[in-house]
Amino acid sequence: MGELEMEKHVLYILSVEKKKDDFESVVMEHLRINGAYWGLTTLDLLGKLGTVDSDEVVSWILKCQHDSGGFGGNIGHDPHILYTLSAVQILALLNNLDVLDVDKLTNYISGLQNEDGSFSGDVWGEVDTRFSYIAICCLSILHRLDRINVEKAVNYIVSCKNLDGGFGCTPGGESHAGQIFCCVGALAITGSLHHVDKDLLGWWLCERQVKSGGLNGRPEKLPDVCYSWWVLSSLIMIDRVHWIDKEKLVRFILDCQDKENGGISDRPDDAVDVFHTYFGVAGLSLLEYPGLKAIDPAYALPVDIINRIFFGR
Amino acid sequence: MHGRPRKPLKPEEGAASFAKAANLRTLQAQLLHNHHHKIYIKDALDLSSKLLEINPEAYTAWNYRKLAVEHNLRSETDPDSIKAILSEELRLVESALRRNFKSYGAWHHRKWVLSKGNSSLDHEFRLLDQFQKADSRNFHAWNYRRFVAALKNVSEEEELKFTTDMINTNFSNYSAWHNRSVLLSHLLKQRVQGYFPREKVLTEEYDLVHQALFTDPDDQSGWFYHLWLLDQTVKPDAPLLVSSWPVHGSDLIISLGRNLDGRALSPFTSFHSDTGEFPLILYFNQAVEGVDSSTVTVESVFDKNADLMWRPLLTNNSGNAQVWVTYLKLPDVKDHSLKAYPVGVSIGHTQGIISSGGSHYSHPSQFEFTVSLQPIDSEHAERGPGTEMVVWKDGNFHTNKTILQDVSPTIDYFDQLRIEKDIEPTTSMWHAKTVANEIVLFRELLSEINCKIGKLTLARLLIGHDSIMSYNKTPYSYKRVYSQEVLELLSDLMKLDPSHSRYYKDEHSLVLMCQVTSNKELLLRHCWYYKESTSWSIHNSICLRLNNLSLSRIGSVENLLWVQMLDLSHNELRSIEGLEGMQLLSCLNLSNNKLSSFTALEPLRLLKSLKVLDISYNELGAHSIDTTRYLCSSPLSHTVGSDWDVDKCETDDVKVTNYWDVVLIFRGLHLTQLDIVGNAISDDKFKLLLAKVLPSLKWLDGEDVC
Ligand SMILES: [Zn+2]
Repeated sequence: MGELEMEKHVLYILSVEKKKDDFESVVMEHLRINGAYWGLTTLDLLGKLGTVDSDEVVSWILKCQHDSGGFGGNIGHDPHILYTLSAVQILALLNNLDVLDVDKLTNYISGLQNEDGSFSGDVWGEVDTRFSYIAICCLSILHRLDRINVEKAVNYIVSCKNLDGGFGCTPGGESHAGQIFCCVGALAITGSLHHVDKDLLGWWLCERQVKSGGLNGRPEKLPDVCYSWWVLSSLIMIDRVHWIDKEKLVRFILDCQDKENGGISDRPDDAVDVFHTYFGVAGLSLLEYPGLKAIDPAYALPVDIINRIFFGR
Repeated sequence: MHGRPRKPLKPEEGAASFAKAANLRTLQAQLLHNHHHKIYIKDALDLSSKLLEINPEAYTAWNYRKLAVEHNLRSETDPDSIKAILSEELRLVESALRRNFKSYGAWHHRKWVLSKGNSSLDHEFRLLDQFQKADSRNFHAWNYRRFVAALKNVSEEEELKFTTDMINTNFSNYSAWHNRSVLLSHLLKQRVQGYFPREKVLTEEYDLVHQALFTDPDDQSGWFYHLWLLDQTVKPDAPLLVSSWPVHGSDLIISLGRNLDGRALSPFTSFHSDTGEFPLILYFNQAVEGVDSSTVTVESVFDKNADLMWRPLLTNNSGNAQVWVTYLKLPDVKDHSLKAYPVGVSIGHTQGIISSGGSHYSHPSQFEFTVSLQPIDSEHAERGPGTEMVVWKDGNFHTNKTILQDVSPTIDYFDQLRIEKDIEPTTSMWHAKTVANEIVLFRELLSEINCKIGKLTLARLLIGHDSIMSYNKTPYSYKRVYSQEVLELLSDLMKLDPSHSRYYKDEHSLVLMCQVTSNKELLLRHCWYYKESTSWSIHNSICLRLNNLSLSRIGSVENLLWVQMLDLSHNELRSIEGLEGMQLLSCLNLSNNKLSSFTALEPLRLLKSLKVLDISYNELGAHSIDTTRYLCSSPLSHTVGSDWDVDKCETDDVKVTNYWDVVLIFRGLHLTQLDIVGNAISDDKFKLLLAKVLPSLKWLDGEDVC
C-alpha cells in the first residue's frame, strides 16, 4: 500500500493541465473550470498552490463569465450555476475574490431561485438540490446570503428528505451520497442542521463502507474514491464520522493511486483522472492524513481560506 | 472516469484516440460557432446531433438545440411538422442516453421536450420499462418516471404496484423500496381508500420486507425500509411530556446563601441561586415548538404568567426543541419564615405545542410544587458554588448509609410524581403485539444464521419494546427488562462488525445510561457526598458520578434534570450533546474523555449556573478536522452575527482569528474554576486568552488567576 505519493500527484495535476490532445481531455473541455477547481484545490491541499501562475488563471476565469453574471465551463460555453461555483471557489482559493463584480454575480444567482424556494441550474429550468447548495455556498462566500429567500430555500431542501434520512435531487428522489452532501452542506451553511436526523442519516452513511474499506454512494453499489468525499464530508458535518473505519478507508484510497505516474482512480487499477485525484486527496484530508492541509467539509475549500473569509480582519 | 482500466494505450489505440479527439474538437468548435451566430439550419442541427451522440455531456449543445427548436417552432403551424421537430429531439435524447444513461443534460432535455406537449406519454412508459429493466437502479430513470406519471395523472396506487412488481422480480432493488416508501407514506397520510387503517397496511408491509431480509440478510435493500416500519410502530406520533423540574408535588427549597440550619437537604429539591431566579424545565419525548405563556400556564406569586419567557434549549435557532425552560424570579425575602409558596403549572390546555412532524400535544396535564426561600445570610452571602476550589479526587467523595436516607426517599418521591400518570395508554395493542411478533421472528432468524442485521434489528426491537411499555408508566415502575440483553447484543456486534464498532458503542452508551438512570438501586450507587458538608458551603453536596463507565455519548438526560454536580470523567465522550437540559448543573467534570474540539462544548453555553468545569486531559486542539464545526452556532453557519465581540479579546500575543471557537464557546460562561491542562492546546498564550474571555475565573488549572 505505502504512502501518499504527494510529489507524483502534483506532477500529474500539472501535466493534465497541459495535455489537451487526447479524447478524454476534449470530452471534458466543457467543464474545464470544474477541472481547474479540482486541480488547484488538490495542489493547495498538497501545499503546492504556489507553483501556479494565479494571474493567468484569474484572467482565464474572467473570460468564462457572461453578461448575465454567470460563468460557463470554458470560454464560449453557456453560463450555468455549476461552473459559477467553481469560478467563485477558485477565486477564493487564490485570494482574488475582489476581481468579481459581486452585485452582478449575486443577481445571476438570486435570479435562479424559484417560487418554491428551489434553484434552477440556468435559464433552462432544470431543478436540483445540487443547485440549491451551489447558490447558498456561493452567496455565503460572497457574504450575500441575504439576497435570496433562505427560509424557502431550506424548506425546499427539507422537502427532498427521505425516510432513510437522506436526500434526493427533487422531492421523492432517491437518497444518494452526492446529493446528501449538497443538502447537508446547504443546511450546515444556513444553520439548519436540526432538520437532519443525525443518527438515522449517520447509520445510512456509515453503512456505505464496504468490506474493501471503500465507500459506495447508495446501498448495494460498488465503492468509489469520489464517495470518500461525499460520504465523509456529510458524516463530519453531522459529527458521525467515527462510525466508519477510517484506517481502512485511508488504505482503500491509497490503493487507488497510480504509484508510477501519479493520480488517483475510482477503484484500484482503474484509469486515473483529476476528479478522483481531488476527491481522494480531499478525502484523505478529512481523514487527517499527515502532511495535508485541512479542508472544510461544507465549502469544499481549505479551512484556512474559509476561516480567512469568515473570521479574518 | 469510471470503471476504465488503467493501462497505457497501445500505439494504434493512441492514434485512434487522437483522431477521435480531433474530430470531436472540430464538432465542438463548429457547434459553438453556430450557437454564437444563431445558425439553425439543418446542417448545423445535424452537426449538433453528431456531437451529442458522441458526448451527451456537452451541455451547451443541448441549450443550442432548445433555442433551435424554439426558433423552428415559431415559424411552424403544421401539426405534423411540429410533431416531427419534437420527435427528432426525443430520438436524439434516446440515442444520447444509450451512450450515457446518466447524462443529466439528456434527461432534462427530454423533460423539456415533453413539457411542450405533443408527445405520447405511453411511449415514454414503454421506453422507461425498457430502460428500467436494463438498469433498475438508475435514479434518473426513476425521477423521470415520477415526472411522467405526474404528467399522465397515473395514480399512486398504480405506481405502488409497479414497485411491488419490481421488488418481486428482484428484492435487491433499493430504488424500488425507496419509491415504495415515498408512495406509501403519501397514501397513508391521505388515508386513501384501501390504505386505512394504517395498522393493516403496515402489517402487510412487514410481511413483504421479511421476505427480502430473510432471503439474504446481508443485502441492504430491505434494511432501511424495515427500520422505517419499526419507527412507525414504536414512536408515538403525538408529543408527550416525559419529565420536568421541579417535579410534581415537590417542596423546593431555594437558598440565596449558605444553609443556615445545617439541615441535610435533598439534592432533588434544594437549589442554590445567586441570580435571584430558578428554572422551570419541561422535557418532551421529541422536539416541539409553541411552548409559551399561552400553551403553558404557570400560577405563582413570583411572576405573572404572561411575563414568562419560555426558551427552547437549543444549540441552533430552529425554535424546535425537546427541552424548554423559563426562569422564575424570586421575591426579596425579608422574613425567616420558610413560607412555602405554591406554584401550579398546566400544559397543553390550549393547542399550540406541535412536534416537528406536525402532531399536536394532546395530553393536557398539570403539576404543582411549592417553593420556600432560605433567607440570605449577609455575612456569608458571597458563599455558594464556586467559592472554594473543587478537587475531583476520589478521596473527596464518600458514601455511607445516610446517603440512602438522604436520597432514597426523594427518588421514591420523584418516582411517584411523574406527570403523565393519568393519561390513557398512548400505544395501542397493535404496536406492542407487532413488536413482540418481530422479536420472535428475529430470534428465529438468529437461531439459524449469525448475521449483523439480525442482531442489530433485535436490539432495536427490544429497545422499542421497552420504550412502548414505559410510555404509560413512571420511569422506575417499569423495569426495562431487556436492557441487559441489548447491551450484550451490541457488544457482540462490536466484534462481529468491527468497522462500525463505534456506532454500536454509541448505542451501547445510550442504553447503559438509560439502564443506570431509570433504576433506583443503580442510580443510588452513583450518588456520592462531596467532602464533609461542614467544610463546604454548597449545601447540596451530592455528586452524581458516572465516571469510568466507558460512555461515548450521553443520554437519558430527562432522568437527570435535578443534578447539580456531575462527574463524567474517565469516559470516552466525544460529544456532550443533550447536557444542555441539565439547567441546574454548577460543577461538571469532563476530564479524561475524547472531546476533540471547542465547538463540541457548545451545550455548555446554555448552562446558566455552571461555575466549575474540568475539561483537562481531552483532545482539544489535537485535530485538524473539527466534526462539530457546523453543529455549533457561528458565523460559518450564519447563526451568530458577524458583529460578535471577538475584537475585545484580541491582544498582541494572540491572534483571535485563530481562536474564534474558544472565544465563541467561553465568552458567555461565568466560570470561576477551569481545568484544561493535558490538552494539545494549553500553552501560556492560550491561558492569557482564557483569562481575558473569562473575567470571572478564579482558578485556572489549580492556580489562582491574578
Ligand atoms: Zn467516482
